[in-house]
Amino acid sequence: MAEFRLPANSTVKKGKTYKADASATNVRTFNVYRWNEEDGQNPHIDSYEVDMDKCGPMVLDGLIKIKNEIDPTLTFRRSCREGVCGSCSMNIGGTNTLACTKANDEVKGDINVYPLPHMEVVKDLVTDLTHFYAQYSSIKPWMQTVSPTPSGAERLQSPEDRAKLDGLYECVLCACCSTSCPSYWWNSDKYLGPAVLLQAYRWLVDSRDEATGERLDDLEDPFRLYRCHTIMNCTNTCPKGLNPAKAIAEIKKMMVERQG
Amino acid sequence: MATTKRPLSPHLQIYKWGPHMALSILHRASGVALGGGTLLLAWWLIALASGPDAYEQFQICMSSLVGKAALMGFTLALMLHLCNGIRHLFWDMGMGFDVETTARANWLVFLGTAVLTALSWAIGYGLI
Repeated sequence: MAEFRLPANSTVKKGKTYKADASATNVRTFNVYRWNEEDGQNPHIDSYEVDMDKCGPMVLDGLIKIKNEIDPTLTFRRSCREGVCGSCSMNIGGTNTLACTKANDEVKGDINVYPLPHMEVVKDLVTDLTHFYAQYSSIKPWMQTVSPTPSGAERLQSPEDRAKLDGLYECVLCACCSTSCPSYWWNSDKYLGPAVLLQAYRWLVDSRDEATGERLDDLEDPFRLYRCHTIMNCTNTCPKGLNPAKAIAEIKKMMVERQG
Repeated sequence: MATTKRPLSPHLQIYKWGPHMALSILHRASGVALGGGTLLLAWWLIALASGPDAYEQFQICMSSLVGKAALMGFTLALMLHLCNGIRHLFWDMGMGFDVETTARANWLVFLGTAVLTALSWAIGYGLI
């Protein structure tokens, strides 16, 4: 049975407020989820007033400014700052997205920043993605073949077959979609979740892959695939504009089609 | 080594609601409600077969405010489950997944539910 409430050690308390400099005229408040293992306390929300006239346009710019100038203990993942690495995925203004591609202007009122939902928190905005990556590796995300490799040539693919990978290969595995999905919240121990299923479809639809049958066998399960109830949070939240819900529907169609 | 148990990050508490989420949970809730409503239907048929006295008793119950509210709830649940069910059939065919179509279809389902419910009651009261 799904547990809708947070466990006692996870309820969120009010934290500290860091005031902006009195000279600042264009101030916005970042309310940020904080937790660290050392102090033995529950998670809390710290409020940081940021002078937006001296801050970059993206939410990630705000977080980096806070870390550099206000509170160096604030912890989050980030790397490329242009939406291709998938490190800075978090919940901003109630939806999951990449902090580096989300503009501060897109958020009304205070900018509320939480870690990805329903995940174990390692520290502040950093969640434990070990299980997510293990699920990804379980779908064998590489090309499997039985036919001999063509001598001195690559395995070729027509432009039409290559086009089938568009909208799939762009996924950066940020986990925004999976952690937006209520089915994944309640059943992530057994349900693979939208991100991993989109990747599963990326290999199912690849004309060069020769393990389609085995891949479908592995997915044919009441939980691994069929916990998707088309809630559509995944597609609505994907920061890359991809469509995991459609990919999952295509897998379900393949399941029916192979039965003839 | 972790000495303190790691917390679970907030989920339902913070996630922004949208019509697509509301429809998903309403589809399930209306399905459950229809299960209850089918009992009402069975009662009606049994009363009908048991003779005028039993049927009159049913009529009195269902014409009360509570009875009418239950019937209204049943009609709403039926029409919502029907309209959203049709949308699920399109999804099963792999159609209507992009964000814009989903957003439009959400309102179409709500509108269809309201119109079909109003129409059923209008017919029920002999207005049409």
